[in-house]
Amino acid sequence: MDFKDLDIKCKKIRQDILTQIGTLGAGHIGGSFSIVELLVVLYNKHMNVDPNEPNMNGRDRLIVSKGHSGPAVYAVLCDIGYFDKSWLLTLNKPKTNLPSHCDMNKTPGIDMTTGSLGQGFSCAAGIAKASKLKKDGAKIYTIIGDGESQEGQIWEAGMFAAHHKLDNLIAFTDYNKLQLDGEVKDICGIEPIDKKWEAFGWNTVTVNNGNSCEAIDFAIKQCKEFSNGKPSMVILNTKKGYGLSFVENAGFSNHSMPISKEMFDEGMKELGGTI
Amino acid sequence: MEMRQTFSFEMDKYMAQNENIVLLNADLAKPNGLSEISEKYPERCINVGVAEQNMAGIAAGMSSYGFIPFIFTFTPFATRRICDQIAVSIAYAGQNVKIVGTDPGISAEYNGGTHMSVEDIGILRSIPNMVIFEPVDNSQLKKALVQILNFDKPLYIRMFRKELPDVFSDDYNFDLFKADIIKEGKDVTIICSGIMVQEVLEANKKLSDWGINAEIINIHTIKPIDEDTIIKSAAKTKHVITAENHNIVGGLGSAVSEVLSQRCPTILKCIGIKDSFGQVGKMPYLKQEYNMDSRSIVSAVLEILKR
Repeated sequence: MDFKDLDIKCKKIRQDILTQIGTLGAGHIGGSFSIVELLVVLYNKHMNVDPNEPNMNGRDRLIVSKGHSGPAVYAVLCDIGYFDKSWLLTLNKPKTNLPSHCDMNKTPGIDMTTGSLGQGFSCAAGIAKASKLKKDGAKIYTIIGDGESQEGQIWEAGMFAAHHKLDNLIAFTDYNKLQLDGEVKDICGIEPIDKKWEAFGWNTVTVNNGNSCEAIDFAIKQCKEFSNGKPSMVILNTKKGYGLSFVENAGFSNHSMPISKEMFDEGMKELGGTI
Repeated sequence: MEMRQTFSFEMDKYMAQNENIVLLNADLAKPNGLSEISEKYPERCINVGVAEQNMAGIAAGMSSYGFIPFIFTFTPFATRRICDQIAVSIAYAGQNVKIVGTDPGISAEYNGGTHMSVEDIGILRSIPNMVIFEPVDNSQLKKALVQILNFDKPLYIRMFRKELPDVFSDDYNFDLFKADIIKEGKDVTIICSGIMVQEVLEANKKLSDWGINAEIINIHTIKPIDEDTIIKSAAKTKHVITAENHNIVGGLGSAVSEVLSQRCPTILKCIGIKDSFGQVGKMPYLKQEYNMDSRSIVSAVLEILKR
C-alpha cells in the first residue's frame, strides 16, 4: 500500500471516528484524530498481527496508553477486519464492546486495558520485558499523550525500559500540545521532551509533521534499525483534531466535545464521506 | 522458620517446575527473603527499583503475556500507594497478578506510622473480585501457595515476614475459600486472622479456666469471606467477637459485620486498631496500646456475655 492509499485510508478512518462519536453525540475526538496517521501506518505497514487470530502468540502489540483515543483504535481495528462495521455504531452504548477507553476484555485486537493515564506505558514495558524473556521477537508499540507525560509513572516505566534494554519497545508521544484544560506549556510544560527521553536512555526521533504517514513510516523504520539496545521514543508533532477543520479549530475544547447532527453532516462532507 | 523463608523455599520448587512464574519487588528483596532465590533465577526475579506503580504495571503487562507475576513490597506500598494501578491494570484488566504485602499492621514495628498499614484490607476489599488472603502460619502458607498458583485471578497475600508459632499441623485440610474452625465451642464465637490468632488462643486459656467455651474461627481468606461458617457459628453462640491486625473500619470486623447484619443479626464486638494511625513500637507494646492483646480479648468476651 503506497502513501497515497494510506492518506485516503486516513480520511476513511476519520469518517468512521466521526460516525462513532456522532452517533453517540459527544466524545474524545481531538486526541483520536491526532493519531489516525500513526495507527494507519502501524497496522498497515508494520505490525505483525492477524485479525483472524487476535491472540496469536508472538504477535506485535500496541498499547494505547492514552486510552481515551479508543474511537481511533476501533476504527482502524475494524478497517483491518477485527470486527464488523456495525459495531462502530455502538460506542458507549449499553453492553457495548467499544467503551470510550480501551478495554482488552471487550474489544478484539486491544492488547491492554487503559484509561487511567500513565499505566498503559508501564504495561507496555512489562509486555516488552515478557517478550524478551519468551525470545519471540515481537515488537511492542505504545502511544502516550503529551499531557499524560506529566504522570510520574511514565518516567518510572521509562527508566525501567532503558535499564532492561528493551529495544523491542517503540513508543510514540502524541505531541499535539493540548491537554484537557488548555495548552500543555501553560499547565505544566514538558519541554524539552526529546532531551528528557534522551537523558532517560532512550533513542529519540522527532517527526516534525506527526500527521504525515510517510514521515511516521520513516521514523518507525529508523527505530527498527537502531542496534544500541535502547528503547525508542518517537516525538510526533501532531495537531489535536487534525483533519477536520471545526474540530481542529475548537482547540483544547476538542479533547472531548459534543458532535451535533449538523456538525456530523458538515464533517462527513468535508471528509468526503456519505451521510 | 520465618514466613518469608517458607515463601521463598516453596516458590523455589514451583519456579523450577513452572517457568512462567516471575517475582518482582520494589527494592525490598532482602527484607522479603528474596535474595537467594533472586540469585538462582536472575531472569525471573526482577527488582524494579523504588517504583511500586511501575511494578504493578510491569506485572500486569507480563501477566497479559502468560506469566504469573508476584509483586512484593510492604503492605502500605502494595495497596494504598498503588490502589489505582491494582484497580485498573490488574483487577479491571483481569490480570493474574499476585500481590504480596509484608509487615501488615503493627508488625511494621519500628518502621512506624508511615509503614503501618491499617487500611490495606479496606482498600482491596472494595476492589471488585479481589481475593485477600492472610496466612496464620507456615503450614497454612505452604498449603495456600499450591492453590494460589492454580487460581488464575488477582489475589493479595497479607504476609507476616518473620517467625510465628504453628497453629496448624502439616496434615491439616486446607481450602483457600473455607474458614478454619480451630476450636469448636458454644458460648461465643471469636473470628480472627493473622497474628491475632495467637492472641485469641492465649485469651482462650483464661476463658476456659472460667468455664467459657469459645468457638475459634480463623478467617484466612477475608475476601471472599466464608459466610456459611460465620453464620452457622453465630446462630449457635449468639455472640461474636472479631480480632484483627487492621483498622476495625474496613477490615475483618467490617466484613463479618456485613455478613451478620444481612444474614444473621448478632451482637458483635470488634478488636483491632480503632480508627487511628500506627506508631513506632514493638508488637507487645503496640498490642497493648491498641487494646489488641489477649487481656483485651478476654474483656471483650466478658463484656459481650455480660459477665
